[in-house]
Amino acid sequence: MSVAAITIGARMAVSRRRTLGVFFLVVAAAMAGLFGSNVSDLVNAHFVFNLQTSSAIHVPDLVVPVRATAFGLAAVCAFLGAVQIVRGFERWAYVVLGLVIALFIFAFLAWAARSSSLSLVGMLQGTLVRATPLTLGAFSGLLCERAGVINVAIEGQMLVGAFSAALVASATSDAAAGILAGMLSGGLIAVILAVFAIRFQVDQVVVGIVLDLFCLGLTGFLYDRLMVPYQATLNSAAVLPPIPIPVLASIPVLGPILFDQNVFVYLMVVLLVVIQVMLFRTRWGLRVRAVGEQPRAADTAGIDVIRIRYINVILGGLLAGLAGSFFTLGAVGQFTKDMTSGRGFIALAAMIAGHWTPLGSLGAALLFGFADALQNFLSILNVPISSYFLLMAPYLATLLVVAGVVGRARPPAADGKPYVKQ
Amino acid sequence: MILQSVVAPQSTTWNSILVVLLAFVTALVVSAGFVIASDPTVFAAPDPLSALGNAGAAVVNAYGALLAGAIGNPSSIPAAFSSGTPSGIALAFYPLSETLVAACPLVFTGLAVALGFRAGLFNIGGEGQVIAGGLAAGYVGFSVHGLPGIVELPLALVAGFVGGGLWGFVPGLLKARTGAHEVISTIMLNYVAIYLTYYFLNTALFQRPGRTDPISRVVDTGAMLPSLAGVNLRVHAGVFLAVLAAVAVYFLLWRTVFGFEFRAVGSNPAAARAAGINVGRVVVLAMTLAGGLAGLAGATLILGVQFSLTPGFSSGLGFDGITVALLGRGNPAGVVAAALLFGGLRAGSIQMQASTSTPVDLVQVIEALVILFVAAPAVIRAIYRLRTAPVSVTPTVSPGWGS
Amino acid sequence: MGGREVNIPAAATARSGADSITLGLKGITKRFPGVLANDHIDLTVEPGEIHVLLGENGAGKTTLMNILYGLYQPDEGEILVNGVPVKFHSPSDAIRAGIGMVHQHFMLIPVFTVAENVMLGSELTRSFGFLDHRRARLEVQRLGQEFGLAVNPDTLVESLSVGAQQRVEIVKALYRQASVLILDEPTAVLTPSETEELLTVMQSLKRAGRSIVFITHKLRDAMQVADRITVLRGGRVVGATVPANSSEGELATMMVGHAIRLRVERPAAKPGAVVLSVAGLTAHDDRGQIAVDDVSFDVRAGEIVTIAGVQGNGQTELVRALMGLEPVVAGRIVVGGHDLTSASPRQTLDAGVGHVPEDRIKDGLIADFSIAENLALDVYYLPPYASGPILNPTEMVHNAEVRIPEFDIRTPSALTSVGTLSGGNQQRVVVAREFSRPVSLMIAAQPTRGLDVGSIEYIHERIVQLRDRGAAVLIVSSDLDEVLGMGDRIAVMFRGRMEGPFESEQLTRDEIGLMMAGATTGRNATSGGQPGGNL
Repeated sequence: MSVAAITIGARMAVSRRRTLGVFFLVVAAAMAGLFGSNVSDLVNAHFVFNLQTSSAIHVPDLVVPVRATAFGLAAVCAFLGAVQIVRGFERWAYVVLGLVIALFIFAFLAWAARSSSLSLVGMLQGTLVRATPLTLGAFSGLLCERAGVINVAIEGQMLVGAFSAALVASATSDAAAGILAGMLSGGLIAVILAVFAIRFQVDQVVVGIVLDLFCLGLTGFLYDRLMVPYQATLNSAAVLPPIPIPVLASIPVLGPILFDQNVFVYLMVVLLVVIQVMLFRTRWGLRVRAVGEQPRAADTAGIDVIRIRYINVILGGLLAGLAGSFFTLGAVGQFTKDMTSGRGFIALAAMIAGHWTPLGSLGAALLFGFADALQNFLSILNVPISSYFLLMAPYLATLLVVAGVVGRARPPAADGKPYVKQ
Repeated sequence: MILQSVVAPQSTTWNSILVVLLAFVTALVVSAGFVIASDPTVFAAPDPLSALGNAGAAVVNAYGALLAGAIGNPSSIPAAFSSGTPSGIALAFYPLSETLVAACPLVFTGLAVALGFRAGLFNIGGEGQVIAGGLAAGYVGFSVHGLPGIVELPLALVAGFVGGGLWGFVPGLLKARTGAHEVISTIMLNYVAIYLTYYFLNTALFQRPGRTDPISRVVDTGAMLPSLAGVNLRVHAGVFLAVLAAVAVYFLLWRTVFGFEFRAVGSNPAAARAAGINVGRVVVLAMTLAGGLAGLAGATLILGVQFSLTPGFSSGLGFDGITVALLGRGNPAGVVAAALLFGGLRAGSIQMQASTSTPVDLVQVIEALVILFVAAPAVIRAIYRLRTAPVSVTPTVSPGWGS
Repeated sequence: MGGREVNIPAAATARSGADSITLGLKGITKRFPGVLANDHIDLTVEPGEIHVLLGENGAGKTTLMNILYGLYQPDEGEILVNGVPVKFHSPSDAIRAGIGMVHQHFMLIPVFTVAENVMLGSELTRSFGFLDHRRARLEVQRLGQEFGLAVNPDTLVESLSVGAQQRVEIVKALYRQASVLILDEPTAVLTPSETEELLTVMQSLKRAGRSIVFITHKLRDAMQVADRITVLRGGRVVGATVPANSSEGELATMMVGHAIRLRVERPAAKPGAVVLSVAGLTAHDDRGQIAVDDVSFDVRAGEIVTIAGVQGNGQTELVRALMGLEPVVAGRIVVGGHDLTSASPRQTLDAGVGHVPEDRIKDGLIADFSIAENLALDVYYLPPYASGPILNPTEMVHNAEVRIPEFDIRTPSALTSVGTLSGGNQQRVVVAREFSRPVSLMIAAQPTRGLDVGSIEYIHERIVQLRDRGAAVLIVSSDLDEVLGMGDRIAVMFRGRMEGPFESEQLTRDEIGLMMAGATTGRNATSGGQPGGNL
């Protein structure tokens, strides 16, 4: 058992319930204090639901009085907190937690947009976009950890993916080739991880971190050597445009958010379904999960533990490389040093918070994506928060989530343990 | 334990030194491959022979500059002495001085990571801890006036230790209380620290009067670490502090009650707890101490070399600390040796970039490759046909995500 | 069987259905670094027989069976199926040849259902590899009914009792049409009534033409069901017989090599004042369920109280609660007049309580530390091992140099790391540490589990000595022989509740067996405890 399990073994379920309830109350107090007080009764916030660029059906703006909204929603959260402390929501606790967080965010946005307007649709669209690489990274971590191998090298795989995608797409003017290159380079790094973790049984977190440093150094080195002198040919990839899905993109509100995005987002959704189904409903998924839970039991049932681990780690590398391609081909078209800035680790946090499931990972990634998108949107409004604090937002959010506000789930039982065949 | 998976514990010292040496050589060879592969003159050459020549020249030039930047040219030293001028002598010893300057903070961050490993913790937060320590030490350095140097300098150093300690305390507390895995929490705090630097350097409290760019006031002369070799060489008294810290860490781990608890928790937290050790307290104290050590890296950097704060002053020290700790096998003496090696690489890389335009990032590649090769002795043995050492690498159990 | 996917290429022998087969082992030899685990072993298993493989812990039985099951390769010798030599490179080969194995430590996935566990590796699927849970469910039910192994296909394995998990393991083997079933120490984890059920299942399997290799060190079970018995000692076959021609005493002598006492001889206890007093203790397990349910009992100085019960009935949590390793939800723990209910582990140890943990590798020892350091694990911060904050490692070595010969620990030096020692020697280190401290109460959980007979005898002797020096001793054990042999008073735990303690003369083995399976006697516990609970 780990250090954490030892020290926390003494916690009781009752105190966890109370802590969550107190958290709800604190959130309620923060809402009332930060967003409700010091705001006059007359101030309204306009939430815009349409984008100039989209063909969706027009929906009227939502106008809310800021003060009333803040206090009203704070009251709701306080009530939920009281219920949680006294009785607890048990299985619905996570849903209620999500609701409280969503209400807090809404009150915050209302306050941020006071006396001006905020494009809610634009914000949600941006959230989904930012969440996409995080989700793909989480899927990568997921495929590896479900088979029992920890992949901390996602950050590095994303970096080489971003680099290769930009390089190849720029040189060949072919986005598909770029994406392929990105995926393959992620896969290559994963091969190194797999060999060191599975064959040489080096500590998996150590290998992952060292590979991250390696990729950081390598991409930085090659950027200086190749991309700086040959900017026009090697680092000017075209950004993939959003592809609106006919009919669906015209749905009010949801249309622009879900059905007018670039190919990465659509790929993410497809992978979400594919991985969820394959992992939990097919023979392949059963075997993978068996290898991640009790590899010796799987071995005695005739399953090739080592082969499954290798395959899954490499698949994870391909996905992380895909996630990396997003940073260049899906966003800015140019590679810059260390452009992933820790998002590989945020993806890991999303996977943990999502309890090692694809759907859960997406949920957590949306939260982090929102925090990531914050700086863009709030700089338009005159929010009296230093932009540097807004830039810290995704990292602080991750910290809070990882600190167990969301509660602890069990990872696959053999996660991180090398399998020793006797 | 984590460390044992990287270097086999029972192999003889000579055997493992050989492995490290060969790993280093192999890393240099592979990195040379990257240098050649990204050199346009190699591809532009008219025929294979001149391509090979260009390739060889590129590598020799780059590594030659690296070496020169790290330890200088031995033949120039007697010449410098005979020239008699102080600046001439200084020039000959400049590379060595730079190596020591670069190695000094690496000793601290390497110890910070190694101390964490010994307690079973991955302290990847060196970056943030260095920044927090540097910010604190710098602040004390430029805002406290009038005290004698004997008071002001230690005060600033203590501030650095406290700042870094705080940055280690938070993830330590989170781990002990909530099970939050320290890899993620420390890395998040790294980024928070980076943005905090920008924030502070744009406030009146920190920003140098008359400047609009993010740069802080200059540290008081009373708080500066004394230079060891005059004006022309940058080596400073922080180097002694680094060695002192290594000795202190050794003493702590193997000669104190607290160190025993550390190592027990790092090896088997369940048995440590059953034997009465307060595991949570050990975790928090270990992360705090480790953070404090990294904070001292930042403090000695600001108070001994840079004398004011600018964004990015930590420049990868925290991450290099990881490679130093791994190469040093978590032993204070090994950490000092590894810090000297990587400090030399760092110092040399500046020269390498200046004279051959080879980007300094190459050094990071070399470092990472050295660790990878050291971690897989089997690879080295296969390449060089060494006789297998009579031990096997003990498979270890990674703690996972707090399960 | 129609519809089952065969996804491994054909190898060794081709079979149709579960035919009876004759299994032969000739000259099997296996060496591990430093030990000859199997030494030219010959063994035959005839169709439709129950063949008992008898031997103490460490005799080489499990190694032999792992070779038969394809987990290890023999260094010398061969395996014969119906007289034809075969090679098993992996369990899949053995499974295909008709050999099934139920390991001592179950090979189950706790978070999967019974049906998923049973079909893992030979899954029933629909098109595109989708799992066919419906057919799997039917198959499990069919097998269960045919052989009297009732299991619900849809429950998660982690919520099953140990006996039920074992049934799942057997169904797993039968699903793959095992003709020969190897059971490795199956009765070690069962109550006496569950053991009877298992023996009945074995008989019904035998009637269906299957053979069973029954590995055990329990003489009673061997004599009861065996058709033939082969005895292993030190890796070699030292005897082969049938129950009619032998006796428990003779078998025991063959197992150990010299005559041993079958019962521990101990002088009568002279109990003194109450040392440990537990009242209304309630504690949770690591999933938040109640594991210890309103337990009350006393232990007096100079007596040994043993707690019987199958793993998983709360004994582990009881010991951890007593040692301060788990929080107490309700009740009180008093040791020598001090209230230790919410005491930390350190406070409990300081109060004069010794602890021999159930899992010596996980909780009792630090494998990377030396013997000297492990011997000082409880006391490293006290003089002479420490002066203030400074540690004194040489004192630890001196201490070790005294204890190693005193407790007969076989090791090259005091600085060897504990992880390299054998199980028996490791336990001696733990015992040396705990028994050398001044303790008024000694709590020992499964103190002799997995040890060779010599170490078992030694530890029992030391425990009795400790008792006679005036300490109170509490032993938790799932080994009924140990419970009966060592206990001055005996209690039984079932589902968190405790029956007893009762004076040992007043209890028969059968009564204990019934209590382990949940029966209550309605009798009052002796000397100061609460009346036995009624369920």
